[in-house]
Amino acid sequence: MKIIATYNIKGGVGKTAAAVNLSHLAAGDGLRVLLADLDPQAAASYLFRVRPRVKGGGTALIRGSGELDKAVKGTDFDGLDLLPADFTFRNLDLILDTTKKPTQRLARLLRPLGASYDVVFLDCPPGISLLSEAVLYAADLVLAPIIPTTLSLRALDQLTGFIAHLDGHRPAVLAFSSMIDRRKRLHRELAERLPAERPDVAAAAIPALSLIEQMAVQRAPVTAFAPRSAASRGYAQLWAEVRARLS
Amino acid sequence: MSEESHDFAYTDTERPPAEAIREALAPRYSVVPFRRAHTLRRTWLDTFDWRLHRAGLTLECVTGHGPAELVLSGTAGERITAAANGARWPALAETLPSGRLRDRLTGLTSVRALLPAAKAASTVAEFRLCNADDKTVAWLTVDRLHPAAPAAGRAAGTPARLSITAVRGYHGQASRIARCLAAQPGVFPGTVPALDAVLATAGQAAGEYTNKIDVELAPSMPARSALAAVLLRLLGTLEANVPGTVRDIDTEFLHDLRIAVRRTRTGLKLGAALLPDGLAAGYQPQFKWLGDLTTPTRDLDVHLLTFAAGAAGLTSASPADLAPFHDYLVARRATEQRRLARALRSARFTTLTAAWRAALTGMAPPRRGPDAAHAAAGIIGKAHRRILARGGAINADSPPEMLHDLRKRCKELRYALEFFASLHDLPAHRRAVRELKGLQDCLGTYQDCQVQQKEIRAIAADLLAAGGVPATALLAMGDLAAHVGERERQARSEFSSRFAAFASPQARARFAALTAGAQP
Repeated sequence: MKIIATYNIKGGVGKTAAAVNLSHLAAGDGLRVLLADLDPQAAASYLFRVRPRVKGGGTALIRGSGELDKAVKGTDFDGLDLLPADFTFRNLDLILDTTKKPTQRLARLLRPLGASYDVVFLDCPPGISLLSEAVLYAADLVLAPIIPTTLSLRALDQLTGFIAHLDGHRPAVLAFSSMIDRRKRLHRELAERLPAERPDVAAAAIPALSLIEQMAVQRAPVTAFAPRSAASRGYAQLWAEVRARLS
Repeated sequence: MSEESHDFAYTDTERPPAEAIREALAPRYSVVPFRRAHTLRRTWLDTFDWRLHRAGLTLECVTGHGPAELVLSGTAGERITAAANGARWPALAETLPSGRLRDRLTGLTSVRALLPAAKAASTVAEFRLCNADDKTVAWLTVDRLHPAAPAAGRAAGTPARLSITAVRGYHGQASRIARCLAAQPGVFPGTVPALDAVLATAGQAAGEYTNKIDVELAPSMPARSALAAVLLRLLGTLEANVPGTVRDIDTEFLHDLRIAVRRTRTGLKLGAALLPDGLAAGYQPQFKWLGDLTTPTRDLDVHLLTFAAGAAGLTSASPADLAPFHDYLVARRATEQRRLARALRSARFTTLTAAWRAALTGMAPPRRGPDAAHAAAGIIGKAHRRILARGGAINADSPPEMLHDLRKRCKELRYALEFFASLHDLPAHRRAVRELKGLQDCLGTYQDCQVQQKEIRAIAADLLAAGGVPATALLAMGDLAAHVGERERQARSEFSSRFAAFASPQARARFAALTAGAQP
């Protein structure tokens, strides 16, 4: 089982869209996939039409045993399950802090799922917190969307620097250009230059398209309702790169 | 990922099932077509003696738009699929494409071929059952089966089969939907397995064939009627195996046919006095003719079935050296099989079975005569005593013929026990058979090894006379014969202890207890 976290310190950069579409593509490849919506905003849960509620909330999930497996819901797509978000996930930091070895807790909770799933996507809230550390400890690969701006690059450097200083397990990092506005010269230039200059940046780039925003209206991955669109092609290229890195 | 299903039969032929379900579930749930109705051709496969069915498994070859697929499913939720890769039936499991499915099947089917047990066209439509958020909470499958060969006078179709499968995490809603559906007219909870439904339209049932003598006898019934019922059952087994033997589907058809003939001959011999005057004497030569017909092909089958194990045990030769020997066996078997098939299609055989059936079904019980329990006790007791006497006379210097004769007497006792099994206490019957089987196995190995050695020598002489046989082949056959000889000596050395166990006072007492209360 491989664990992929879509994570960035910055918010609003396309983490959830990437997690939703890549998990759909992974399931389409015949893999058994779980998408864990760890963000209390519950956007991924909403997109899959799953009610954002976990029995017992974050406390039961983090402190209990086997609660995670019980909370999983099937999506409308073959091979793709979802661990829905819950509003209490806003306190996951505090709940983790009450456990022994809190940074290892999430990895320990996910380990038994290895028999049921080939890939687990963790859709994380932004920021640096105890939950982020637990996610980074659990993940094999951190997939970091970056809007090609100077500030976003700074945030990526902060992330890689943070990971470099972690004790023990350090996940691989793969950034990718997200929400590219082709009308902006800086976006175009950085999206082309970054993959050539930095090995931790994917060649795939996700354009800023209203079709991706349509996901909230359709309540489905764009790769499901518009599989031939430029957005879907971008996600397919990104998934191919992610798969290659994992293997 | 989905789990847990609720199955229903839908008998309303006026209204399409999806329409009825839509009305029943509105407005809380919607029924959304997911996949248009498509037709699958389904062929259920099993061995002639239903080995998969008995193991709780169902094997199907399903053909839709894409390539044919083999699906093995079990009552315990087991499911293995594999591409059929153009497999044609009948086929031995070992000839299927390698993989999990083949591995699972070969152990169960062994030497028996997989052959079509039933065929049907299946029209399947799939629907999503959605909640108010348009989230799929369950899947609905509507399956209409159209059996390929319904019996005259029976309906060609079966009720539509509805299956509701909960999406993971939505079991509560799926159960609610199922309860709502169960309350609708024309909807009945539960469905019989598809194979059973298809077979029923042809007036058949899965697991019908068995080579066991499953005749229920009553202790007080006239012995003649009991014996006639057993012989009639044996005739049924014999006839059931004729088409498979003629078509040479697998080696077990001939084996079962041969055993039915042997058992019949034993019945005629041991029960001659119970039958109308002259009947046994008239039919004994006929069934001897039939039994003798089957011997050459069966002996060659045994050679070929044990060939790989024998070749693997060679010590001074390579298994490949035996290729000319193997080719010879295959060619000779083909000749013998043709001869056998011709005989089984002959007027003599057809007349024999028809006349035998008429004789058995038209047999009236005698006005006076023993009942089944006493006759069985007499036959079994006599056969048992004969084994004790002849086996007791065998010592280390006895000629092989004495052991061969004892083997025949053991078979007679075994068959007699099987004929009248329903009259006896089942655990006691099983124990008696087990004790006898220990002796039979030893005698069987001894005689089979002797026959095989003789045949290997005779075939080596034939090959040499025909010319062109490499010396390596003859040396390998010598090696093989030496190993067979070793097994023969081993079996001979075990005989005295096996017989002593069978003839022990405790075993005798157990045998006596089997028929106690009905001693003549």
